[in-house]
Amino acid sequence: MAAVMKLKTLQGHLQDLNGFEKPKIHFEQYETPAHIAAIMLYNIQTQYEGLEDKLVLDAGCGPGSLSIGAALLGAGMVMSMDIDGDALKIFNNNLEDMEVTNVDAIQCDFLNTSVFRWENYFDTVLMNPPFGTKNNSGIDMKFLQMGLALSCDSVYSLHKTTTRSHIQKKLKEWGAKGSVIAELQYDLPATYKFHKQQSRDIAVDLWKVQHPDS
Amino acid sequence: MKLITHNMLTSKCLKGVMTGYPLAINATDVKITEVDFNPEFITRVIPKLDWEVLWHAANSIGHSEGLPKSIEPKFEENEDFLKKAHKILLEVEIEEGHLTCPESGRQFPISKGIPNMLLTEAEVQ
Ligand SMILES: C[S@@+](CC[C@H](N)C(=O)[O-])C[C@H]1O[C@@H](n2cnc3c(N)ncnc32)[C@H](O)[C@@H]1O
Repeated sequence: MAAVMKLKTLQGHLQDLNGFEKPKIHFEQYETPAHIAAIMLYNIQTQYEGLEDKLVLDAGCGPGSLSIGAALLGAGMVMSMDIDGDALKIFNNNLEDMEVTNVDAIQCDFLNTSVFRWENYFDTVLMNPPFGTKNNSGIDMKFLQMGLALSCDSVYSLHKTTTRSHIQKKLKEWGAKGSVIAELQYDLPATYKFHKQQSRDIAVDLWKVQHPDS
Repeated sequence: MKLITHNMLTSKCLKGVMTGYPLAINATDVKITEVDFNPEFITRVIPKLDWEVLWHAANSIGHSEGLPKSIEPKFEENEDFLKKAHKILLEVEIEEGHLTCPESGRQFPISKGIPNMLLTEAEVQ
């Protein structure tokens, strides 16, 4: 399956987006680097036809690179949500700059509300969830589980490679199926002061997770 | 906020609220944004909608004129119908206003096109 845009062009557009202004550590606000977002989305489209003409949910959209990238690759409509109003302001500006109009946002807590009427509604759920810190460990798994409940096809989610066997165990527990479809290097920025180094590369997996009967 | 979004939103997350659907719309600023017509997508999404809720939502903000009250049979072959659905789902946007929970009366503000569905801890189910 082809994509409506070249990988390089997509990456170029995503590079131009504005990032978080004052990242809030407790919400784990770091953007997905443009090259990772571009490869992720390009694979989802070319390998699995997961974007073009599809109804897409972006959970924890931040400044919106996954939402905007999905729209650029031909998504029918993207529903984006984030807990943070400041991030959504930047999100709105990015949409305007890119002249993308088939994306809509809601401010809400993805985890402790059920703002959607129906489950299994979205064709594709995208997320780069908070990886979890000492204070909220397990939040990545909660995002994944909620994403699965809302999808009728697949959830595509980024997770630290160190959590791979834990995720496999959880999927078994939930009766879901999933596999790692790409291994990537993620440069976690120095905004994360509690990391000793200026910035460091961490290995992340791109997971594709589905209901068992799909 | 587009009406496709309104069609899927509920306030059942509120303590004591059963369905919280549909949310009433109060709009002080509505705008029309041009969106590319994608018939494949519209055809795919129509069966997922609550069309009656969509029609009433459109009507409540003065945009129901010409919009069929129910989904037409063989809509997938009816370009005129698909274009009307496209317009009402994706192009009509509520910029400012609020949503109201039909059971509790709790209001959710819409500002710069984004509804705020955040709850306080005491409100959570
Ligand atoms: C790691 S960032 C990813 C941002 C963006 N998706 C990207 O790829 O660049 C995680 C995002 O999730 C948001 N977030 C954290 N907790 C959340 C919650 N409970 N509900 C909704 N969004 C949340 C943060 O505000 C942040 O924007």
